Amino acid sequence: MADTVIYAMYDDDEVLKAGAKKLVSKGVKVKDVFSPFPIHGIDPIIGVKETRLGIMAFLYGLTGLMLATIGMNFFMIQDWPMNIGGKPSFSYLENFLSFVPITFEFTVLCAAHGMAITYLLRNKTLPGMPAENPDPRTTDDRFVIELRLSNNANFDASQLESMLKETGIVEIDQKEIK
Amino acid sequence: MHKEAAIREPLILGHKTYHQITEDVCKPIEDKAPRTWYVLFAIAAIIGLYGVGCILYLLGTGIGTWGLNKTVGWAWDITNFVWWVGIGHAGTLISAVLLLFRQKWRMAINRSAEAMTIFAVFMAGLFPLIHMGRIWVAYWVLPLPNQFGSLWVNFNSPLLWDVFAISTYLSVSLVFWYIGLIPDFATLRDRIKKPIPKKMYSMLSFGWSGKAKQWNRFELVSLVLAGLATPLVFSVHSIVSFDFATSVIPGWHTTIFPPYFVAGAVFSGFAMVQTLLLVMRKAMKLEAYIHTKHVEYMNIVIMVTGSIVGVAYLTELFVSWYSGVEYEAYAFINRATGPYWWAYWSMMTCNVVSPQLMWFKKLRRSLLFTFIISIVVNIGMWFERFVIIVTSVHRDYLPSSWSMFYPTHIDIGVFVGTIGLFFVFFLLFARFFPVLALNEIKSILRSSGESYKDGTATSPAYSLADQGLANATKPIETKKEVKEDKTAETSVKEESKDTSGLFDKIGTATADEKDDLKKINGLGPVMETKLNEIGVFTYAQIAKMGAAEYAMLDELTGTMPGRAEKDDWAGQAKELMNNNDNK
Repeated sequence: MADTVIYAMYDDDEVLKAGAKKLVSKGVKVKDVFSPFPIHGIDPIIGVKETRLGIMAFLYGLTGLMLATIGMNFFMIQDWPMNIGGKPSFSYLENFLSFVPITFEFTVLCAAHGMAITYLLRNKTLPGMPAENPDPRTTDDRFVIELRLSNNANFDASQLESMLKETGIVEIDQKEIK
Repeated sequence: MHKEAAIREPLILGHKTYHQITEDVCKPIEDKAPRTWYVLFAIAAIIGLYGVGCILYLLGTGIGTWGLNKTVGWAWDITNFVWWVGIGHAGTLISAVLLLFRQKWRMAINRSAEAMTIFAVFMAGLFPLIHMGRIWVAYWVLPLPNQFGSLWVNFNSPLLWDVFAISTYLSVSLVFWYIGLIPDFATLRDRIKKPIPKKMYSMLSFGWSGKAKQWNRFELVSLVLAGLATPLVFSVHSIVSFDFATSVIPGWHTTIFPPYFVAGAVFSGFAMVQTLLLVMRKAMKLEAYIHTKHVEYMNIVIMVTGSIVGVAYLTELFVSWYSGVEYEAYAFINRATGPYWWAYWSMMTCNVVSPQLMWFKKLRRSLLFTFIISIVVNIGMWFERFVIIVTSVHRDYLPSSWSMFYPTHIDIGVFVGTIGLFFVFFLLFARFFPVLALNEIKSILRSSGESYKDGTATSPAYSLADQGLANATKPIETKKEVKEDKTAETSVKEESKDTSGLFDKIGTATADEKDDLKKINGLGPVMETKLNEIGVFTYAQIAKMGAAEYAMLDELTGTMPGRAEKDDWAGQAKELMNNNDNK
């Protein structure tokens, strides 16, 4: 789909934030923001929703907890109960205490790795993926707002450009994509 | 944004801009390595190779090449294992626990401390593996179906808990570290011109683009991983201590072990961080980011954990007497006065006495003293493990089997070899990886940078002059246009209104009525003099300011555009006025 992308570059995160606020209040839809470090407070301005990765981490942790419980119940209680000084070996509940450390470790293992993998997949950051930042300086000390014409049907490119110029930008770039 | 009290020492010294931070961290990677790096790397590699040789000989010949005997079945191997795991506790503590406590000083040290953690845990993991003797069946520690009926590993055993704890800790630390590294690799990818390194870093950076949504996820993942890693840190060394505490050997059979081992681990880990960072900051010219205050903070941690360790030693002694168990009492008397008295007393001196010196502010802010103490603590903590392990078992219940432990050259070679390998890894890290967490440091520059705190910053966090090089690659006409617009506007305003327009609204005042404007957050001494020059002296004047006046101020003073509006000087001035009235 043909579209026009406008990249407006700032050299200060606070100026970008003020600029984004101004644009959004005029009804402009900001497609994305690129920055070398997290700009705190930008998300609600440009409408980035809170991530649900935390919930996923909890679910992965729960999975780990369940797997560890099922596994140890099978190994130590069902399949091969060990006779340790005649202590009851046929009840998970009575042997549960010595399974706590591994249950905990396995829960953490699954939560951490599950979340990390989901994070990489959702971010589309995997080995060999192409970078999408419009300018190499956005990983150094520049901040870029990306606007798309298709998202802003009420404005034309020159209107957007002139609005951007009021927000303290240092550079502006326009690109046509097919 | 994060605010920091003005009386706190700044975390970044001097006037740095975002670009300069990138420059300071990336330069050592892009430049040729100094000769010292090659010399150190060669020394570490030779020692490491010698260690690998010893390990191969040991694996080929058998555990008998160590000095173990029937009575002392665990000695240097497990001592080294616990020592390395202990050292490996500082990194995750710094990056996880201090993240949860919002200690911003961690940002300068967490990357390298975590690298140290990971390499230390590598070294630690080596010892149980080679101690198995037949390393090729190491997979037997995993619960795998096998041909012996269905014989599983024993989930009741602390040794198996250790397998899970150490491997979880290693892999989670690695993931935590790498997720933080991805954006910084992206910075390197976008800077480096040489094709092969560029390719390497673009592989390593996983195509990171720094989008708002990516940062949003990044922050949450860091927080949740920190939350997961915090109990993990404590659990790992607790479980290591269970290896001893759940046994019935006098001297090991102690319920105080878990907290005492954890404190000892943090203690030795921080000591190792100090040893490494004091050299690294100097060699890589990072003194502005890792300075005396950071060293002092770490020394305080060393002091606190060292004191906990000291209390634990004394408690242990007391309980061995108070328990009334004569075997337990003898184990401790034997430690202090038996044939290994020298090990016991070196441990006591190094770990109990030396951290107490940190109560003196002069000493804990002295870099040379810190360096010496950090090495003393490393030695002391090695002796602690040696004392716990060897002196407890070398005289068992049967006096006829009492014996001593004498290390063979293989024992020594394997231990020294792991130190060599550790430094090989660390030197490679320091050469090719961003040693400071760039993205984190940048996010605290405004709140904790020296020049931003005292208001002497002459330019905002960015500096156009620094960008000369980068600008050449991009069309700059548009930029110029914008710039010109601004200057044109300014000159028009200045001609017609000068400063008089400002005072129409906020009113005039004289130097006699002067308030202490520095009390306003974000307004430093330099700004104050500038304001006074213009004729702004009182809170009352500032309180009447609005957006238009701020803009005028920015033009007149020429410093830190937007600062006044962001920090709401008018609101602050109103509050200060009220305070004055109340007095």
